[in-house]
Amino acid sequence: MAISRDEVLHVARLARLALTDDELERLTDELDKILEAVGIVAELDLADVPPTSHPLDLVNVWDEDEPRDSLPLDDVFANAPARDGDLFRVPPTA
Amino acid sequence: MALALDTLRLTAEEAIDLVEQKEVSPAELHAAYRDAIAARDDELHTYLRSVEIAEGASIPIALKDVISTKGIETTAGSKILSGYVPVFDATVAARCKAAGLTLLGKTNTDEFAMGSSTENSAWGPSRNPWDPSRVPGGSGGGTAAAVSAGLAPWGLGSDTGGSIKQPSALCGNVGLRPTYGTVSRYGVVAFASSLDQIGPVAKTVRDVALLYSIIAGRDPQDSTTVELPERVRLPDSERLDGLRVGVPRQIASLGAIEPGVRTAFERALELASELGAEIGECDLPTSYRYGMPCYYLIAPAEASSNLARYDGVRYGPRTEAATYDEMVERTRDEGFGAEPKRRIMLGTYALSAGYYDAYYGQAQRVRTLLIREHREALSKFDVIATPTSPTVAFPIGDKAADPLAMYACDLLTIPSCLAGLPGLSIPCGLSDDLPVGLQLLGPQFGENALFRAGHALEKAIGFDTVPLRWRERSDPWGQTPGGEGSDPTGLTPEDTP
Repeated sequence: MAISRDEVLHVARLARLALTDDELERLTDELDKILEAVGIVAELDLADVPPTSHPLDLVNVWDEDEPRDSLPLDDVFANAPARDGDLFRVPPTA
Repeated sequence: MALALDTLRLTAEEAIDLVEQKEVSPAELHAAYRDAIAARDDELHTYLRSVEIAEGASIPIALKDVISTKGIETTAGSKILSGYVPVFDATVAARCKAAGLTLLGKTNTDEFAMGSSTENSAWGPSRNPWDPSRVPGGSGGGTAAAVSAGLAPWGLGSDTGGSIKQPSALCGNVGLRPTYGTVSRYGVVAFASSLDQIGPVAKTVRDVALLYSIIAGRDPQDSTTVELPERVRLPDSERLDGLRVGVPRQIASLGAIEPGVRTAFERALELASELGAEIGECDLPTSYRYGMPCYYLIAPAEASSNLARYDGVRYGPRTEAATYDEMVERTRDEGFGAEPKRRIMLGTYALSAGYYDAYYGQAQRVRTLLIREHREALSKFDVIATPTSPTVAFPIGDKAADPLAMYACDLLTIPSCLAGLPGLSIPCGLSDDLPVGLQLLGPQFGENALFRAGHALEKAIGFDTVPLRWRERSDPWGQTPGGEGSDPTGLTPEDTP
């Protein structure tokens, strides 16, 4: 097994997903198969090959530091599930 | 006599001409497409929502539902964005507007553009106009199917590992994934930022080139964009003299490629040779063995980061709970479908402590190899040719239960995406009465070479983009040889469909 049920549970916490037991079972099985398939990248000896994070050779893009208008607050909150004055309202953190 | 428009045949160029000659108004044109949508989209489900009123001075366009449209719901095919109404336009939507294009509607997509069939859309799959029991490809199956069914003259898709090219291949039209960095992603729902690109889908290479010229170029809102080093040229030559076409030698031994796809591909190469192209063999040894594994580490890793923003705080539906953490976890579990969850989990794992170097770090190094071997191949050839998809459109449900089988659909489109290179898919024939796509790949900013090659081949192939089952209906006066020469305005007293 490339990945255990406990590891999947740990990853779900990192990913902030409250998976159901069924999802946990299914994902453990699926991730195991997918990791086995993608794990073949380990066959290659790439110690001397630099990593690529971005396919264009772009270095530092500069723009003039010109102030612009921000979105009006009513637009910012237009899609918010809960607004409290000029704040997003959420349940208590603990 | 009312002017009846045959939207199944009308190209964007022809439509623009009709508007400029004042033979039809933008509103009449828009209405003609709305009529076609009313007639055919109940079956195909290519649109998630359509727009009633034409607001521009030119022809209509369909936009994939990952592209933000001010005042019009944009969901990226996900429940977690249901009801989300953008308060600004994506740059590409704004550029289309500035060019006078009227928005017809937002087209279906796999959830967050993750998939190869549109079956992962939270709103149900789209269907292939050639055979509604089959998928239109994905993730941009909605746009591709809409164009083939005459429900839009052209449209925009997004492509991370093949989401423009593969649906175009399966639906029998033309799709371009542009060079990474040439089209702004500002206001586009992000999937994997080092890969995502926006690009055009249409019936002809010239239409695709024209739409590309409208959307391409640097955008101060997207710091990964650059100005095009040369302007877009609409292709007109029907010869390919001197064009060097490389065919990866690995293609011959890939068992995943269906025989009918291979036959159509080889016929296209023969035609290219007859048009004066020099066909040779190139070598992409890493691409077809390690491209897919590399992609399914890098793309999910980036997706897990991009999709962290859906937390039920600032937008989207929220699942109420007693504490903040619980609210976020439940909102995400209820809002995301199976495929985004799979990729978030895979990506989070690949980036997690202890596994980062072995998976994500290694994949980034494989990516360097892919870039190098494409550069090497393109030092000897002007374009690389392969089939776009190893198969024709497959039945709905065929691969839905097997993620790895679905991932394999993108075997041939993925490597060049990782290398940041442009790719054009054009239809090159039928296999079992279903379209086959030819993929042409070029160097960075090599779109003009792709347009030139694609246009000449398109003319030589003479593919009829109207799905077989509708041909009689769209051509009421009988046979028009090779599908060419029919009058797209169809000056008939009544509308045909």
